[in-house]
Amino acid sequence: MSALEQSWSDPPGLIGWLSTVDHKRVARRYIFTTLMFFALAGLMAATMRVQLAQADNDLVGPDLYNQLFSMHGSAMMFLFAVPVMEAVALYLIPLMVGTRNVAFPRLNAYGYWIFLFGGLMSFTVFFLDIGPEAGWFSYVPLAGPAYSPGKRQDFWAQLVTFTELAALIGAIQIITTAFKLRAPGMTLARMPLFVWAMVATAFMIMFAMPSVMLASTFLITDRLVSTHFFNPAEGGDVLLWQHLFWFFGHPEVYIIFVPALGMISEILPVFARRRVVGYVALVIALVTIAFLSFGLWVHHMFTTGLPPLGMSFFTAASIMIALPTGLQIFCWIATLATGARVTFATPLLFVIGFFFIFIIGGLTGIMLGSHTLDQQLHDSYFVVAHLHYVLIGGAVFPLFAAFYFWFPKLTGRMLSERAGRWNFWLFFIGFNVAFFPMHILGLEGMPRRMYTYHEGSGWEGLNLLSTAGAFVIAISMALFAINVMVSWRRGSRADDNPWKASGLEWATSSPPPAWNFADIPVVNSRTPLWEADFPAAHVHGLRDDARTVLVTHLHDATPDHVSIMPSPSIWPFLAAIATSLLFIGTVFTPWALVWGSIPVAITLIGWFWPTPHDTKEMREIERSPHDTGEPA
Amino acid sequence: MQSVLDTAGPLAEHIARLFWIFAGVAAVVYLLVTGFLVHALRRRREAGEAPRDTRHALRAVGVAVGATAFILVGLALADFFAGRASTRAPGDAMRVRVTAHQWWWEIEYLDGTPSERVRTANELHLPVGRPVALELISDDVIHSFWVPSLNGKKDLLPGYTTNLQLVASRAGVYPGQCAEFCGFQHAQMGLAVHAHAPEDFVRWQSAQRQASPEPLDAIQRRGRDVFMSSTCAQCHRVQGTEAAAVLGPDLTHVASRRQLAAGTLPNNPEAMASWIRNPQRFKPGTRMPASQLTGDDLSALVSWLGSLR
Repeated sequence: MSALEQSWSDPPGLIGWLSTVDHKRVARRYIFTTLMFFALAGLMAATMRVQLAQADNDLVGPDLYNQLFSMHGSAMMFLFAVPVMEAVALYLIPLMVGTRNVAFPRLNAYGYWIFLFGGLMSFTVFFLDIGPEAGWFSYVPLAGPAYSPGKRQDFWAQLVTFTELAALIGAIQIITTAFKLRAPGMTLARMPLFVWAMVATAFMIMFAMPSVMLASTFLITDRLVSTHFFNPAEGGDVLLWQHLFWFFGHPEVYIIFVPALGMISEILPVFARRRVVGYVALVIALVTIAFLSFGLWVHHMFTTGLPPLGMSFFTAASIMIALPTGLQIFCWIATLATGARVTFATPLLFVIGFFFIFIIGGLTGIMLGSHTLDQQLHDSYFVVAHLHYVLIGGAVFPLFAAFYFWFPKLTGRMLSERAGRWNFWLFFIGFNVAFFPMHILGLEGMPRRMYTYHEGSGWEGLNLLSTAGAFVIAISMALFAINVMVSWRRGSRADDNPWKASGLEWATSSPPPAWNFADIPVVNSRTPLWEADFPAAHVHGLRDDARTVLVTHLHDATPDHVSIMPSPSIWPFLAAIATSLLFIGTVFTPWALVWGSIPVAITLIGWFWPTPHDTKEMREIERSPHDTGEPA
Repeated sequence: MQSVLDTAGPLAEHIARLFWIFAGVAAVVYLLVTGFLVHALRRRREAGEAPRDTRHALRAVGVAVGATAFILVGLALADFFAGRASTRAPGDAMRVRVTAHQWWWEIEYLDGTPSERVRTANELHLPVGRPVALELISDDVIHSFWVPSLNGKKDLLPGYTTNLQLVASRAGVYPGQCAEFCGFQHAQMGLAVHAHAPEDFVRWQSAQRQASPEPLDAIQRRGRDVFMSSTCAQCHRVQGTEAAAVLGPDLTHVASRRQLAAGTLPNNPEAMASWIRNPQRFKPGTRMPASQLTGDDLSALVSWLGSLR
């Protein structure tokens, strides 16, 4: 063990803390950071709810209100929902597939630092009163140079650059780790459903994010160097932005939602004490959603005067997404129906909450997918209700289920079940009180993004009710935070597999050691830990005195070769600082792109410069292709 | 109070009917699915009972997916036909151009010779029963025209002209508002549609075609002089006077309107005076600057504006 410990441990002290490339340490920071941003964006929502609690309220003026909802949306989407799913995946996937780290550990650390600096920049500028003010969607020309002077929208555009870079890095890690580092025997047909969901998500990220990076780059060049991509007076087009943005923006919703589906497929069968019903159908559903999600962006533009026949096509594509989603829901109900006795632990409560909330959101989604109905519902509070039903019901409830479920793996301690029940019920009730009335407000003609409304509009009562619900949610979130803090220190001890679950992540200690598995198990089932003879075999021949991992073939996970993982390094941190300076500099001058690239280049050279120790290690394991030495 | 479901015209009626179809189907589906879920959770099991065979369960999943596909096809067809019905208004339509500005609506009746054209702001008057074809354009950023009782919404996009039809089937006043976020005062960009009996509409239209009346007394005359000699005339037009600017709303018949500043204030002399003195107090960010007018000048101005019926 001591050889493993020596080769996988981080250097001590602050430098060691900054140089770690352990996916678990990086992912824990990632999760923590996203939760902090979640809390801040939630407080912004609470402020908006207080402002809207009564008619003609003057707590918050239009300037601050517009920044609040722009930042709330941007932060929840770019700084919480997408990254938290990736962060959970970056923690769990190497454990679930039975390997020792993600595929590109230094890049992983770099991705986290980029995300952190981007998030810090966004909240810093918000507190300096230069936060974004044109919504998380930043429609031009409102977000363009003529109608949003100053630097607010430039910071928004760079927030997109930061977070999309981090998201793309996460996607690369996820795909490569899931495809190439699986334990022997874990064929694609045995891959855990959460890993499948994250692979589908990562591919969506890789195809969707470039679209918004392109759009935000057009925006920043329009603003910074007077290109005219979006200026109709110079031949630009305001709808171009909407097409590019929603070509990203709609898959974005599924980028948030699909990981949650994977979480449910992992958690629910454990409490039904049986294998999930319809594994193949569930995989097909995930992949189908990933493909379909790129064919329905136009339903965000149904009121822009597009031709009706074209809109009917997008209506059909939009409501078709109900098929793969419905299929998954039916499979889970079948799993519960045919399972052994159901245990109602907190993770399952959140999963049940998901069903009750998300299905409402899915059904209102079919309404919004209808281009005829959307003429009335679009941009009204009905949409606000719908999107919170799908995002909170569809993603945040499963995410909380995941927190309660995997917290013992992360910390070695259980979260309090009693506090968990209160957390669930307050969240569930508060959520419905806060958001259900918004459906009715939308039907009563209340548009989104209004900082105030007049006495006599008829919207007063339901808005007050909604604000009351928001406070109940706030209490439940506070309870969750307290539960985490208390349980982290004083919670009851968790053993390796407290839920008696089936995945490989439960085959190692809680919390896992830096090297995850001393012996890589060989897998011969979809539910390896539920097999009586687990582990039937181990991988032999991996060296303990180097950071070795086993690389396997994509389809059938047969061993391919042994690879040595990079050691901890401060350079990814420094490179992230240099990159951040470049990004932030371009808010002010295009020359930052030129001069800022020099420190980026220097840090990247430092990052990839081979150390004598690394070179020696590589030479030692190098083999000629003609060498017939034993395979690992 | 406005509502998508409390309709005042056939176009909105088609959409409202479609809403009830969707809502009814959604309610049934929701009850069925959550019913099965609750049943699955509550089924009694022996302690230590092994998981059941999945053959029946998989067949049930297949049936449910098939039913979902069937329902979706039905809903898509319902959407298609309601969409065709709600975008096709019969008969010869009256043409009106609506130009959105940050943050008010300019309304221009296009039929007839140029001298018969009427220009107003934030109030769209139309005759009951006759379709109105709106030509929607924007002067600055993207806005969206939405009067829920009469029809769905349509965006007004710089660089594009979009179209929307309205038909009112009963007389009344139907509130509406901008539905696309358009900046600082998106919240206070209201409008109202006044649907009149045809003969009342003709009366309204011919009144609007008149130039502004001459001042009746010395106070009103002074008010007009104040208007012409201060900043007012630099942005507003009052037909029949020298004021011919088009940056702000046309004020030729401002006193005939019910509200000020796109639904921000009721139209009465006190509100008009406070608005002129400091518009930023009621609508921060509005393009209209505060004025230095005080005392007699202000009340004379308000009195003259009040005569512009």
